[in-house]
Amino acid sequence: MTTTAPPPTRSAPLPVARQRHYGRWVVVVVLVAVGGFVTFSLVTNPRFGWPVVFEWFTSERILSGLLNTLELTLISMVIGVVLGGVVGIMRLSTNPVIAGASWAFVWFFRGTPVFVQLLFWGSISALYPVIVLGVPFGPSFAEFSANDLITPFAAAILGLGLNEAAYMAEIVRAGVRSVDEGQREAAAALGMGRARIMWRVVLPQAMPVLIPPTGNELIGLLKTTSMVAVLAFPELLYSAQLIYAVNYQTIPLLITASLWYLIVTSVLSIGQYVLERHYGRSFSARVSRKKTAAMIGHAA
Amino acid sequence: MSTTTTTTTTARAVSGPMVDVREVRKHFGHIEVLKSVDLAVQPGEVCCLLGRSGSGKSTLLRCINQLESIDAGEIFVAGERIGYEEKRGKLHPLSDRAVARQRRSIGMVFQRFNLFSHMTALDNIIESPTGVLRTSRSTAKARALELLDRVGLADRADHYPRQLSGGQQQRVAIARALAMDPAVMLFDEPTSALDPELVGDVLGVMRDLAADGMTMVVVTHEIGFAREVADTVVFLDGGEVVERGAASEVLTAPEHASTQAFLSRVLREEA
Repeated sequence: MTTTAPPPTRSAPLPVARQRHYGRWVVVVVLVAVGGFVTFSLVTNPRFGWPVVFEWFTSERILSGLLNTLELTLISMVIGVVLGGVVGIMRLSTNPVIAGASWAFVWFFRGTPVFVQLLFWGSISALYPVIVLGVPFGPSFAEFSANDLITPFAAAILGLGLNEAAYMAEIVRAGVRSVDEGQREAAAALGMGRARIMWRVVLPQAMPVLIPPTGNELIGLLKTTSMVAVLAFPELLYSAQLIYAVNYQTIPLLITASLWYLIVTSVLSIGQYVLERHYGRSFSARVSRKKTAAMIGHAA
Repeated sequence: MSTTTTTTTTARAVSGPMVDVREVRKHFGHIEVLKSVDLAVQPGEVCCLLGRSGSGKSTLLRCINQLESIDAGEIFVAGERIGYEEKRGKLHPLSDRAVARQRRSIGMVFQRFNLFSHMTALDNIIESPTGVLRTSRSTAKARALELLDRVGLADRADHYPRQLSGGQQQRVAIARALAMDPAVMLFDEPTSALDPELVGDVLGVMRDLAADGMTMVVVTHEIGFAREVADTVVFLDGGEVVERGAASEVLTAPEHASTQAFLSRVLREEA
């Protein structure tokens, strides 16, 4: 045991010295050096082909590819949200068959790579050459060739939409579960039907939980549409590929596509921020704003 | 507390009891929470259900509006069988839609208020009248403001639940239930989640409601309220009714040992 002397009394309080973060300075120097090197390389390495990048940046073929990408993203997301909502709510059913069907859907579509699913839909005619509209084992009303019905666009929508639905189902399930059971009971006690309770009481309150991951899904989906290139559907990436297949300017055109992806994901991040603020209104505003800032940081 | 009561709640014309529970049984797993319980509440009567936690009083209340299903027995509210219909000598469970319809005339107030947190006080009150009863928005709004005034919160119409104290939330919840014009009001420990100084406001609203002739079934630990407002008290223990009668008699001279033990314990806590 040591005895400590009482602190000496002074006439004035001791000044506090500024803490010096030497470690951080080292990191800053390294980061600045790396950043400078990357910038220097971007500017001086002629193989980046910046003139080519900007030559094609607003070309008709790239813009039409961008439009196709946006269209694919939007339609797949709508399918994902609607179907995912249904599947997610089915999962909460007390009927084991309904809940089980929902589980199986999510298990299959989350358990296989979306790339493989896209290839499957693209080759569906090998599995079902003819698609018949009619009563099973009964009369048929119309027959279609699968190749005519499942165009690359339709295959892309099916692949992306069903896959997205599986992920959205999990998000919806978690969101619905986050709402206090008492809310449902209070609504039921007021004579509301099940659909009304879900639509007016549960889902709006699940929104703050639903929106951040849904925004991430949308941004992820936008980038995943680039896999549709494998179906020879001229979305943004495939349009770029078609161009560099002819002029061999591979790197500049990949940069052109990447810049567009960055622009759109940035815009979507802002939209997500606005939506989150809107739905955060009746909840704790400060927390949700902090979270949003973090989300944007992740997404961008 | 507001005294400008423009709407008076009068007991509906029902021959026989407003709430009639006959030999109701209920299990949760292997545990029998209600063992053949009978309960009759006359129109305009205030009936307090008392008992220790786990005695089955909240479950009994929740059975009356079908938040819990029953395993056996019958429940009638305003003469209508709750949850089932009789067809060809058998009882068939009602559809979800029909159950929802029956719940419209049974108001319920919860221990934890359960106001819809994404809606203002006013929107909480008009949600079901406009959405379920198809009352016009303007009519529902006028009625809601009247009810808010009645519970002393006329100036809180645009507040969200998180901006209100527990006592204020509970009074909004009472107004929300009243907006459906119920034949009976069920209260499930309405003051148990409140800070002691906020209990009085809520009990005051309930006292006014009782004075207006509303039929009320109240699960509570507030012996003072039961003594002052209740017409009858029913004491449950272990899923059974062990004592029932006029509030003045049971609360002052309980006959059953468990009632005596419960009352002396509660009164000691209050003192």
